[in-house]
Parts: sequence; C-alpha cells; structure tokens
Amino acid sequence: MAVALKQPGWYRAALGTLLGAAFGFLLVVALRAITGLDVFQTEQTGYPHVVVPLITAPFGFLIGFGAFDYWFRWAAGRPTVADDHKDHGATKWQDYFKFNTDHKVIGIQYVVVTLIFFMIGGMLALLIRAELAQPGTQIVDANFYNGLFSTHAVVMIFLFIIPMFAGLANYVLPLMIGAPDMAFPRLNALSFWMLPIAGIIFLSSFAAPGGSFDAGWTGYAPLSTGAPLGQSFFNIGVQFAGASSIATALNFLVTIITMRAPGMNLWRMPLLVWANLATSLLVVGATPFIAGAQFMVLFDRILGMNFFQFLEGGDVLAYQHIFWFYSHPAVYIMILPGFGIVSEIISTHARKPVFGYRLMALALIGIVVLSYSVWAHHMFVSGMFDWLRVPIMITTLLIAVPTGIKIFSWLGTLFYGKIHTYSTAMLFCLGFIVTFTVGGISGVMLGMVPLDIHMSDTYFIVAHIHFVLFGGSVLTIFAGIYHWFPKMTGRMYDEKLGRVHFWGTIVGTWGTFIPQHWIGLDGMPRRVADYANIYGDWNLVISVFAFILGAIQLVFFYNMIVSWRFGPKAGDNPWRANTIEWQVSSPPPIFNFEQIPRVVGGPYEFGTPGARHAIMGDEDEPEMPEPKPSTVGVPS
Amino acid sequence: MERLPYLKLVAASLAFGTVISVLMLQYDWMGDAASTAAGPIDTLMDVTIVISSFVFSIVCVALGYALIKWRVKPGDEGDGLPIHGNTKLEIVWTLIPTIIVLFAAGYSWVVMNDIEQRDPDAMTVNVYSQQFAWTFGYPESGNKWSEGVLHVPVNRQIDFKMNAQDVIHSFWVPEWRIKKDNVPGITTDALITPDRTGTFQLICTELCGAGHTTMRALVVVQTEEEFEKWTRSLEAKVPEDLLLTADQAIELQRQLDEAEAGSSTGPGQNAEQS
Repeated sequence: MAVALKQPGWYRAALGTLLGAAFGFLLVVALRAITGLDVFQTEQTGYPHVVVPLITAPFGFLIGFGAFDYWFRWAAGRPTVADDHKDHGATKWQDYFKFNTDHKVIGIQYVVVTLIFFMIGGMLALLIRAELAQPGTQIVDANFYNGLFSTHAVVMIFLFIIPMFAGLANYVLPLMIGAPDMAFPRLNALSFWMLPIAGIIFLSSFAAPGGSFDAGWTGYAPLSTGAPLGQSFFNIGVQFAGASSIATALNFLVTIITMRAPGMNLWRMPLLVWANLATSLLVVGATPFIAGAQFMVLFDRILGMNFFQFLEGGDVLAYQHIFWFYSHPAVYIMILPGFGIVSEIISTHARKPVFGYRLMALALIGIVVLSYSVWAHHMFVSGMFDWLRVPIMITTLLIAVPTGIKIFSWLGTLFYGKIHTYSTAMLFCLGFIVTFTVGGISGVMLGMVPLDIHMSDTYFIVAHIHFVLFGGSVLTIFAGIYHWFPKMTGRMYDEKLGRVHFWGTIVGTWGTFIPQHWIGLDGMPRRVADYANIYGDWNLVISVFAFILGAIQLVFFYNMIVSWRFGPKAGDNPWRANTIEWQVSSPPPIFNFEQIPRVVGGPYEFGTPGARHAIMGDEDEPEMPEPKPSTVGVPS
Repeated sequence: MERLPYLKLVAASLAFGTVISVLMLQYDWMGDAASTAAGPIDTLMDVTIVISSFVFSIVCVALGYALIKWRVKPGDEGDGLPIHGNTKLEIVWTLIPTIIVLFAAGYSWVVMNDIEQRDPDAMTVNVYSQQFAWTFGYPESGNKWSEGVLHVPVNRQIDFKMNAQDVIHSFWVPEWRIKKDNVPGITTDALITPDRTGTFQLICTELCGAGHTTMRALVVVQTEEEFEKWTRSLEAKVPEDLLLTADQAIELQRQLDEAEAGSSTGPGQNAEQS
C-alpha cells in the first residue's frame, strides 16, 4: 500500500484529492476563525468552505495522479531521468486509465469520455422534453427545470462538442501531418484529465443546497451573482474545462506550426488541419474571456466584489459583453473542426479533390477574423448602445459569406465525382449540408435587427441553436467517428446499423427542431417550464421526435461497442483515402511512423494518375505529374 | 468533360424555390399583429423567407443532382475528374451572397429606423419589473400606477421607460413585435405604437429565476377616452421604493415636470418640448 501511494496512480490520486480538499477546507476555516468571522458562512452565495476545496481538491487529484511529477522534478533541479516511455501507448485496457501521454490513447480517452457526457446531456434533454410534452407542471418544479436546461447546455457544450472535436483531432491530426505525437504530450494528458474534473463539478452541483446552477448556460449577472451555491460549481467547472481547451489549443498550434512532415507546406495541409488551426486561434484568443467572466461572478459571489452589482456601481451589461466575446467565437469553435471533417470525408468519398481548396482554407481564416466582431448580436435587445447594432448586424450577416463558400465548395466537390454513399460517414456529411443550411438561414434571420427584436429569447433561438449545434456540429461528430473508427480500433463498424442511426437521427433532428421555429415565432418564450395551451400539440410532437432521436442513439452506442470488440478487421485504408493517417496500420504503431513521411503533393489528388500526397518509407520521390488546371462546365 | 445542363438546373432551382416560398408565405408565422411596427417587420420577414427559400432550393437541387448524376456504379473503383476549382465560379459564389446579405442588412437598417421613429407626441409609461411581477407608472396621469396590468391608448406612440429592480427581465408583447430587456441600474426604452384595441399578454423573456415562466402581465389597449377614464380610477402614486437609483428619481421628476408643463400649455405645444 505504501508503495502504491508513492507511485503516481489512482491510489495516490485518491489520497491527493482528500488532502487537497482537506487543505482547502482547513485553510478557509482557519483563516475565518483567526479573523473572527463566522467559521461557516452559509448564506446563499457564500459557502467558502465548499468553494475553496472545490478548487484545491482537483489539483490534489492531478498531483496525485502524476500529472506534475516530471515538471516538479525538472523545476526542482533534480537530475534528469531519461524518459522510458512507460506511460506512452496502450497495450491493455488498463492503460486507458493512466496518465498516458500518447496522443492516440488521449484521443480515445477524449472520445469515450465525451460520449458518456453526451449520454448524460441527452438524458437531461429528455427530462426537459418529458416535462414540456404537456402544458402544466408534471415531472419537475420550475426551479429544478431551470437547473435541467442549464446543465444540459453546459454538459453538451463544454463536455461534449468542444472536447469531442479536440479528441478526434488529437487522434488524427498528428498522424495527418506526419508527426510522431503532439508537441507537448504531458500537457496533452493534463488537458484531458481536467475534463472529467469539470464534468464531475458540473454534475455534482445537483447535490448542492439550492440545487444545481440554474441561471442558464449564459449565467447572466445579476441572476447568477445572487444564485444559490450551485452557481459557484459552474464558475469553477468552467475554469477547468476552459483551461483544458486553451492548453489543447496551444498544443495544436505548436504542433501544426512546428511538427509538419518535411514537404507539408501550408497549401498541402489537409483541411482538417486548417480547421483545427483556425479553431485553436479562436480558443486561445476567446476562451480567457469566459474564464474571466466566471471569475468575476465568483468574486462577486464570495468575495463581495462589485463587478456586476448594480447598486454598488457594478455594470450589468458588462457581463454580457465579456461573456459573448467568448461565447460567440465559441459557436465557431464548435463548428470549424466539423467543417474540416466534412471536407476530408466528402473529398474521399466523392473521389475528387476538394473544390477550391485554397478558398476553403481562407474562408476558415475569414470566419476566425469576423467571429471576433459579431458578439453583440446576442445583445440587440439588451439595452446596450443603439449605435452598435448596425455595424454588428453587418459583420454578422457577412459571416454567412465564408460559410456559404464552404457549402458551395462541398457541393462543387461532388460534381463530376464518383460519389460513394456506402459509408455512414458520407451519409452524415450529406445530411449535414442540408440541415446546416437551414441553421445558417435562421442565423441570418436572427442577425437582422428588426427580426431579432421579435425572435430573441423565443423558441426560434432554441430551434436555431439546435439546428447548428445538433444539425451542424453533432452530425459532423458522428461523421468523424464513423470515418476514423476503423483507424482507431482496427475494426469495421456495421454499415446497416449506421444507416439506421443516420436516418433516425435526421428524422429526429428535423422533427424535433423544425416545429420549434414555428412556436417561437408565434410567441412561445424560451427557458420556461410551462406554456400556453395553444402550443400543447406542437410541444407533444417535438417531445415524441426528441425521444425518437434519443432512442436512435442507442443503435449508435451498440454499433460502436460491439464493432470495437467483434467487428471485422478493417485494413489500413478502407476508404482508399490519400492523407497520411491512412498510410499506416490500423491502429497505428506506437510512435506512428518508422520513419517520418515526406510530403510531395496536395492531400486530395484524386483522379490524377501517379499523384501522391506522401511517401512513407525510403522510396525515392516519384515523378509527379503537374495537376492540370481544369474548369467546370466549359467544354474545351 | 460533360457540359452541365445549366438551364435545367436553374429552372429546377427556381421552381423548387418558388414552391417553398409559396408554401411558406401561406402561413402567418408571427401571429396576430397589433402595432405599427408589425407591418414593416412582417414584410421584412416575408422577403427574407423568399430569398432563403431560393438559397435552400439551390443547395437541395445541386446536392440532389450530384447524387443522381454522379453516384458511383457498383464496382467502379475509379476516381472523379481532377478538378481543383474554378476561380470565376468561386468569385461568383462569394460576391452574390455578399450582395444578398448587404441588401438584407440595408433593408433591416431601413426598417429599424422606420420602427424607431420618435413621435413628438409620444406618451411616457414607466415599466418596473421585479421577480416576478410587472408594475407600470403613468407620469402623464399624475404618476398613478398599476400592478400586473398595463393600459395604453390606441394609435398613440408610447415611450416605455423600463427599470428592473433585481435581475434582468425582458418586456415582450408578441403582437407588438417589440422586445426590450429591463436592466437593473440603467433605464432602457422602447417605442411602440399599438394600432389595435384588445387585450394581449406581456411576457418576460429573460430568464429571471424560479418564477420566470409565470411572470406575465395583462395588456389592455383601449381608446384614448377609455384610457383616461381608467387612469382616473387609479388611486395612488408610484411607490418610492420602486425608484432604486438617484437617476431614476431625477428622471421621474423630469417626466412629471414635463407632463405638468404639457398640460398647462395644451397638447399642441408638446412638439417643441421634446
């Protein structure tokens, strides 16, 4: 036992958690006792003896788990130990429960953990829909209801969509650029382990006195500054999720910039890499703003500061400006990696180069730049300066242009291709194009000030956000999981079950979220536990489709779990793709490549005989045919 | 390379877009209208729906055509044509959407200026919101007040001055199409000209706590005479504790002075004071 407690691992982590919690608790109690305050402050927003351990216990866990061992040693100036890579790679299932520094292990850890949070968030959504199936209050009271939709949103955003994309890219991106791992493997592992911590903090808020945080995922002050203890769990959980995100984004940036294989210049990078470059630029620039906003709320709550306390000179609207300065870019954080996934899959399955590759890459960067200038479109009715509305409306609508370029270019990629639709991944991409277009259109409507004045804070918004997040992000996530499943597991999933999952998801998505546009325009506000009887029929329809949508996900989970164990061997390159991750074995060897590949051409050179993207071994560079410039529809 | 059947594709997009537009315009999406802002906003919505229908139709037709035309035959392991792009086409599908969205922005701007046109004869009504109730003050009727029910005269612009007492609330009457947050610490305002008598519901649309769902008020739009009769029936003045900040008290005093001056010089003089 004593030995087990010295080694990094679960025993030491449990001990560290306890010590961390005890340290935080005693610190608060002792300091309060010394200064003559009430030892336990249990007013609504207080509870410092709970809040502080909530910060220190996770650090105790991470230290105990071994996240900082190497760094501490290094910082203390002790002799360097040559890394024997014992914490790298996985040979047995236990290796997935360690502080593992292999990007492929971390990728799978991310995907599995975020899928678990997807299930939890989905069940919260079904509880919401069960309550809303009929007018009146049946299942939960209004207070609990507010907690339900708040945690649903937070779990889906911070613990499913954002980290799922980080996880998929974690697995695929180093392989794609011909790197043996991420630039900072230990930081990568630390990023992952902060996620379950954030998740546990968010979900444990249900046990707090006063219930879970219930001011919405937006946590607007001053509702949040005066809310019960659960709100502090949100403030702190966001710090861990946010730190995880920022560290991963830095890791991606350094990896992409410095670790590309020889020959891979910017214009030979697959679009998934471009997309993650763009996303990471957003994360490092914007995420500190939500971290700051939540710290300010936390300080208002437990330290009595006055950032947002209007009677003490605080500025209520300032919260919204800071919050949305992150949270609008966040919606692009949640869709750009999906754009990258779709580009990879459509090109591969249409057997054609991505149409307008350079403009596709530039459109991503255009979205990054524009997305920093549109935040206040969430605030058209907030009472902010009137003059800000028109400029923000123009930038908001302009962002539809690069997004449109992406849609048209995917369609252009399909033209004159050889479109294979046997793969579930491809089906999800095609379904995504149509569904996401609807979400884009309702987004443009919401960007127009006079329409937004009517639609804001109604079910129209709920419909729009779900069309872009479920119909956008989640469909691309499914596409990505199906596409790289053979690479990650070495096995093939069942395409028949995949089809059932695809059609069920499409029907469920449209059936659930289309009628929400209608009832919203007609006058049903969002975030209500009860509603007027006239909306009863549509809400019942929505709930029925929501349950179909929920149930059909079981097919997905069954398919993934059973195929992972029993699926037929997939082979190295089942989709006949060109990018580098498909040129190694499935799953890839421990440091990915025997020899770093050399990149000799673009990533999507389908249809040009002899064209290669990369050479894997000692082989001499082949004679490369120059791709002929071609035009569409103009007979030559 | 085979030439695309441009005419057929364009015709199909137009036809499908027309069908969607016609179907979509059959229904009155925003529900009943009862203010002068509703007309321009609903027209803007209809125009947006028509443009959106054609955009959606183009995407669907292009996707459908590609899938019918180039779906691979079983056993075909070949590749598509190595087309990397087409600069002219890419410029077109960058420029045309830019023009469309700039048109949408310009049109929205015009509508916005139209519905926010200040009428010199506007009547001020104060809105005080708190968890979970609405209170209304009528400075031009001797600062009388009502709780849970808002009365306004028809066909006269109302300048609502909104104040929140605790957290953010939002003022929305769907039939009026106008929504505005009530923000603690500042006074926000909205200009609304009800043009139909009747009763409506005022809905709080900003999450404000456990009672958010039930935070509603009754709105009665009536003729000027009925309205005046109603205000005479009210008794007390707005209670002082609804005025949270010094600014609010000063503003109310200004409104009362203005109303006083307005009534002594007669309604015809109001234009010069505003």
